[in-house]
Amino acid sequence: MYSQGLIGSGEQTTETPEILAAFQARIDADEKIEPNDPMPAAYRKTLIRQIGQHAHSEIVGMLPEGNWITRAPTLRRKVALLAKVQDEGGHGLYLYSAAETLGVSRKQMTEELVSGRAKYSSIFNYPTQTWADIGAIGWLVDGAAIMNQVPLCRCSYGPYARAMIRVCKEESFHQRQGYEIMLKLAEGSLAQKEMAQDALNRWWWPSLMMFGPPDGASEHSDQSTRWKIKRFTNDELRQKFVDATVPQAQRLGLSPPDPALAWNEAEGRYDYGEIDWDEFWAVVKGHGPLNKARVAARKKAWEDGAWVREAALAHAKKRAARQSVAIAAE
Amino acid sequence: MPAAWVAALIGLADDHLILGHRLSEWCGHAPMLEEDLAMPNIALDLIGQARGLYTYAGDLEGAGRDEDALAFGRLERAYRNLLICELPNGDFAHTMLRQFYFASFMQLFWQETESSTDATLAAIAAKAVKEAQYHRRHCAEWVIRLGDGTDESARRMAEAVTLLAPYTGEFFMADPEAGGAVAAGVLPDTKALQPAWQADIEQVFAAAKLVLRENVYAQKGGRRGLHTEAMGHLLAQLQFMQRSFPDMTW
Ligand SMILES: [Fe+2]
Ligand SMILES: [Fe+2]
Ligand SMILES: [Fe+2]
Repeated sequence: MYSQGLIGSGEQTTETPEILAAFQARIDADEKIEPNDPMPAAYRKTLIRQIGQHAHSEIVGMLPEGNWITRAPTLRRKVALLAKVQDEGGHGLYLYSAAETLGVSRKQMTEELVSGRAKYSSIFNYPTQTWADIGAIGWLVDGAAIMNQVPLCRCSYGPYARAMIRVCKEESFHQRQGYEIMLKLAEGSLAQKEMAQDALNRWWWPSLMMFGPPDGASEHSDQSTRWKIKRFTNDELRQKFVDATVPQAQRLGLSPPDPALAWNEAEGRYDYGEIDWDEFWAVVKGHGPLNKARVAARKKAWEDGAWVREAALAHAKKRAARQSVAIAAE
Repeated sequence: MPAAWVAALIGLADDHLILGHRLSEWCGHAPMLEEDLAMPNIALDLIGQARGLYTYAGDLEGAGRDEDALAFGRLERAYRNLLICELPNGDFAHTMLRQFYFASFMQLFWQETESSTDATLAAIAAKAVKEAQYHRRHCAEWVIRLGDGTDESARRMAEAVTLLAPYTGEFFMADPEAGGAVAAGVLPDTKALQPAWQADIEQVFAAAKLVLRENVYAQKGGRRGLHTEAMGHLLAQLQFMQRSFPDMTW
């Protein structure tokens, strides 16, 4: 689904000023940095952390939506949801591959996730209680993901930028699909409309939190911006999201749960109310409604699957040994 | 005449929907990311095949039941799937072996159905046979890997063979509702598919170093709506929205 405004970076770098200046010159010339190019250690670390968090978000994001696959209301919706959750797994796979080009293995990253050390998007620590949540996630969460990820298509690191181009196409499809679920609910019975409004009420603020802490509080933005890992600040992206989403809510006849939300004619944007940053930090630090359940689910899948992965490896070895015996006998 | 095929087509559709449902339960919980993609892929094909069959059955019936009315709107006793499709997933070995058995069977079934006297079914079969071929290959590879992997995987695979043995006989029992369709050359006689299926299983088991279990008492009844206790719980999830919010558009 998406990468949150990166949490907990602030890497130090130890290269000489000459090396850093030469690297910065390549960035300024809009050259793409490729896996075998020289790069400052902090650039590498920041990217590993960001791409890793993004990959984990895709994978953990399969859980809240996966919660409704067996209960989707129609066969058409079931197939679309199953395909969407599968897409998110595919995004995780490309992103792990992109991170692997920086010298970290998928196994290492997965072990960090299941140990609870790795961060992922805070929004997936909230529960999906109704079918409307599936619409709201597609519309809002994939919508926020697109805001975050479209600029990443121009990220200075080549493999990440290329992965994002492919991922963004699918995320915008997911966003339209989610909005269409909401539209059907909005056009439906009173029970359906109420379900839609309730979902918006619960997912609105967590969606705004997806862009990460406010600009003043974020430690790494400046360096990431100079290196063209990040192109916009958290607050800039959040504002774009609000401006794009409020009219969509109006078209649905739904209201975001924010009494302070109002069009600001002078600024040409929506003003919105104060985000509950205490809630955000609590969720980021592991105290959201489902942080423990999400990590436990990933851990269970990883541990329950260990014998399968070992067997696949053992079988491949046996097969290779038999092949070399056969070749030797020729 | 075609109205007499409706129940047989619904049974076939139920096989695909119910097994697709089971497989979809793995999504997000697979042993590796590659399988988190592959199992939903197979589930998508199965549910897609179910949709085609339900829609056609509903058209032939002419009573206004669409794919969703058929998929969600019946009581447990009216579902006609083979019992093997509704069994809980068990571990990955159990899931893959079941899927291999089913895909191997359906590959043969769809191959015959490609020359059905009914053009719609022949068209459904032409697409489905390619999908079943891919499912069969994917799952056979896993049966071989796990059967000839580690001691633990071999033990789990052997256990799956034992657990599933009573449920494969039903593939080849005549569907009490399909007599007309078989006589008219619309659907194949499944009994005739048994030797080829058996040969396929034996060949894969040989590569997997697995031993086939023979002469097991076969469980039956799915085609007459006689289900295991797992079925009601599956339907409780499958039908949850349609039962909670009847007659709404989604
Ligand atoms: Fe995604
Ligand atoms: Fe994403
Ligand atoms: Fe998405």
